[in-house]
Amino acid sequence: MVSFYGTEITSRLLLGTALYPSPQVLADAVKASETQIVTVSLRREGGPEGAGQSFWQLIKGLGVKVLPNTAGCHTVKEAVTTANMAREVFETNWIKLELIAQNDSLCPDVVALVEAARILSDEGFNVFPYCTEDLSVAERLLRAGCEVLMPWGAPIGTGLGLNNLYGLEAMCAHFDDVPLIIDAGIGVPSHAARAMEMGFDAVLLNTAVAKAGDPVVMAQAFAKALEAGRMGYEAEPMLPNQMAAPSTPVLGKAVF
Amino acid sequence: MKIIINGQPLEVEAKRLDQAMTELGFAEQRVATALNGEFVPQRDWPKTALSAGDALEVLAPMQGG
Repeated sequence: MVSFYGTEITSRLLLGTALYPSPQVLADAVKASETQIVTVSLRREGGPEGAGQSFWQLIKGLGVKVLPNTAGCHTVKEAVTTANMAREVFETNWIKLELIAQNDSLCPDVVALVEAARILSDEGFNVFPYCTEDLSVAERLLRAGCEVLMPWGAPIGTGLGLNNLYGLEAMCAHFDDVPLIIDAGIGVPSHAARAMEMGFDAVLLNTAVAKAGDPVVMAQAFAKALEAGRMGYEAEPMLPNQMAAPSTPVLGKAVF
Repeated sequence: MKIIINGQPLEVEAKRLDQAMTELGFAEQRVATALNGEFVPQRDWPKTALSAGDALEVLAPMQGG
């Protein structure tokens, strides 16, 4: 069991709701994943019968908690305004704070991120910051009021997995009492299992499920991988050795 | 007067934000607004006056990652 801002969660998967082939596949994937938290966003509404209203009905019917994002925001002001609008629409203090530095890398702008995190925390938001594995930035985010950190595995949408194993392991070691979520870059279930074995508390992903050939089966695969990886972490893995060591006892071996 | 709604110029009779939201059919919808870049909570719609050329953003739930 992991807790984010006082809310206890049994599933270690946070699932995005974008890019699915149809609303029905999205709903089926959410159920198959057993996730309890889905990410959502805000966009311009086209009219009274706009797509946003039917999407909201679909999400409400899933019975999960929503984590709105500030995707696409490049400035502190944009992100803070979007967060306030999201709080009103989704009736939650939770906000996945994304502040993007460049459109090609979708790398977090960590300087603006810390500033926005401070403003939003002071306004009563529970901030989930999309950050890098930089320890000093993470420290500043915690001082700004964040109680959860969400370092990227790899850039959003790449599916490259955990790009900087050393940096991510250092983060787990340094912040062992802070809930840590790998956000972005996960491509296949083994990436998620690896994150669990390292000691991360949860994984947030979207494209890896939505763009799979069979998103519903892939959602199940991620649920199993996360469970296996977490069990492996709790069972305390053996330490790796540089040299071989026989597993079959040598004592009593016949001499010919 | 003419105001810009979600990037599109539109003629409205409304003088206040609550009237504009009703006129546009958004009053009962799950949406949030920003006027000229500033968030305006729903409780403040009745006391928010509109001026010609104002830029109104009306946002609704959307898929996101």
